[in-house]
Amino acid sequence: MITVLANPHRFMAFSRWAAPILGGLAAVLIAWGLVLGLSAPPDYQQGETVRIMFVHVPAAWTAMMAYASLGVASFFSLVFRHAVADAAAKAAAPLGAAFTAAALVTGSLWGKPMWGTWWAWGDSRLVSVLVLFLLFVGYMALRASIEDEAKAARAAEILALVGLINLPVIKFSVDWWNTLHQGESIFRAGGPTIAAVYLAPLFLMGAGYSAAFGALWLVRIRAEIYRRRAAGLALRAAL
Amino acid sequence: MPDLAAAGGKYALFVWGAYGASLAAFVWMVVDTLVRARAAKRAVERLEGGAATEPGA
Repeated sequence: MITVLANPHRFMAFSRWAAPILGGLAAVLIAWGLVLGLSAPPDYQQGETVRIMFVHVPAAWTAMMAYASLGVASFFSLVFRHAVADAAAKAAAPLGAAFTAAALVTGSLWGKPMWGTWWAWGDSRLVSVLVLFLLFVGYMALRASIEDEAKAARAAEILALVGLINLPVIKFSVDWWNTLHQGESIFRAGGPTIAAVYLAPLFLMGAGYSAAFGALWLVRIRAEIYRRRAAGLALRAAL
Repeated sequence: MPDLAAAGGKYALFVWGAYGASLAAFVWMVVDTLVRARAAKRAVERLEGGAATEPGA
């Protein structure tokens, strides 16, 4: 699949119909998830704040998915020099930063009433997600700070690959260290510990957020490919 | 579905704040993406003097 889409012509043909389909799917899934999430009963411990989980957890999942996409695209760009892979890496970063920011803000809004604090520097899950946000911002800053686009891409891609180590740290932080953040309650051996009435909206929102990321990512890659074509045409016209 | 204004109870500010922050993130992502996509396509159209041919075509 990745090899097939490495061809710009095939990618443009694929993304022309895939992006609107993913966008429509995202709208339906998120709307469905919101209806179920807002009509779910209050949790016996968290009360009404359990509804924050339906936007916080999917944002965190999608932020990690965006970084994994950034890492894989950077690998293909660095090793195989695929131009579309480089455009894909560049396009994933701002979306990943936005999803991570949403996860941090919504998590903080849940933490204040439940933990009594907006933020805890000693919490490895919170800090590792903040590092994820800084990796996205650092990737974009590095690309923007070097004038030569090829050199900027190489430097940023190396940073992206190094930053991949943060993904397992985020995932297992609640197992490796004592944290304020609750332990793994969904993707764990023995099955989820969350009631089905909360799992359904959580998974629907998760699927919706993922589809939204997919749709926006495809459109941003298309925009980047157009931008590069425009730059090439402008250069040719100037010669 | 319960009354939306009542959903959130005494923590309504936190609950709706979280939904508002999420909405703001989505609005930014969608608007920024579409603005960039349109600008890039128009730049190609301008330089090609008409409808943009898709890169690679």
